[in-house]
Amino acid sequence: MTETTSALPADDILAQALAWRKDGRKVALATVITTWGSAPRPAGSQLAIDETGRMVGSVSGGCVEGAVIQEALEIIESGKPKTLEFGVTNDEAWEVGLACGGKINVFVEKLD
Amino acid sequence: MKTALLEDLQKARAEKRQVVLATNLTSGEQKLLYPFESKEIYDVIEAARGALRNDKPTTVETEDGPVFLNIFNPPLRLFIVGAVHIAQALVPMAAGADYEVTVIDPRRSFGSSFRFPNVTLDDRWPDDAFADLHPDRRSAIVTLTHDAKLDDPALQYALRSDAFYIGALGSGRTHAKRQQRLQKAGFSDEDFARIHGPIGLDIGAKSPAEIAISIMAEITAVLRGKAGS
Repeated sequence: MTETTSALPADDILAQALAWRKDGRKVALATVITTWGSAPRPAGSQLAIDETGRMVGSVSGGCVEGAVIQEALEIIESGKPKTLEFGVTNDEAWEVGLACGGKINVFVEKLD
Repeated sequence: MKTALLEDLQKARAEKRQVVLATNLTSGEQKLLYPFESKEIYDVIEAARGALRNDKPTTVETEDGPVFLNIFNPPLRLFIVGAVHIAQALVPMAAGADYEVTVIDPRRSFGSSFRFPNVTLDDRWPDDAFADLHPDRRSAIVTLTHDAKLDDPALQYALRSDAFYIGALGSGRTHAKRQQRLQKAGFSDEDFARIHGPIGLDIGAKSPAEIAISIMAEITAVLRGKAGS
């Protein structure tokens, strides 16, 4: 079960990550580090994920969040940070109904 | 990220400091940088200064691999001294450009919420208001009253602050007189040079709205490091 609250500003995302951590949960942070073309979210955009897959924030407005969460759950266990690369083809963008067509790199790390 | 580092980051942001989170993308090592609180010069801190100035995160290549610089800028603020006609045009433009706007004018009939809906009005004297509101490196201050009794205390406070932009309405002649008064108050020519006057980019502005455009354009140019003057 996941929920999104992408309307929150960045500080609320970090505050939420911190609150989860203090609550004893395992947490991962994903950050957009580079974008090319018409990426939906700018560099610096963040997503916090807890061990149950609950998330706040957004790195792509919905395009790649599912994949980021899968990786984040692994990184929460391994503790090893990783840079993920996503190319959003125009066809895929059409499928999910977004005006994408860009490419993004997302850095995912565990909060420990 | 270490939880302790995140706590430090959140604290710095709450204190409205300009802070950068530097992450080595290979090793995952991280630290916080305060580029405007040090005079150090090296590649990463220079890039961090640029990123804060441009309000845009960036990645720099280093010997130890690529380092991502995520920026955390406090909100932009604009303090307008003088609830005059130009201010009425300037407020919505600045708000649209994501500034938190405060209009300061102790003269009640000027600074009424009827004339200025949807903006913070402060009816204290400018120096009292500034002592409380602490203009910082992310603040712009403009004086529009044409009245030395109001403009001068505001400018004196502005010159002692880190405000990134200070502008004063008035002709070249008014500005020269202003310089004499500020010199008497102990400010150097170098201090005075921080004041943009006559205010605004020279776009031939005539109406209050056009003057507001020229002011907003000049503030933007200075903020983004493209100031010509």
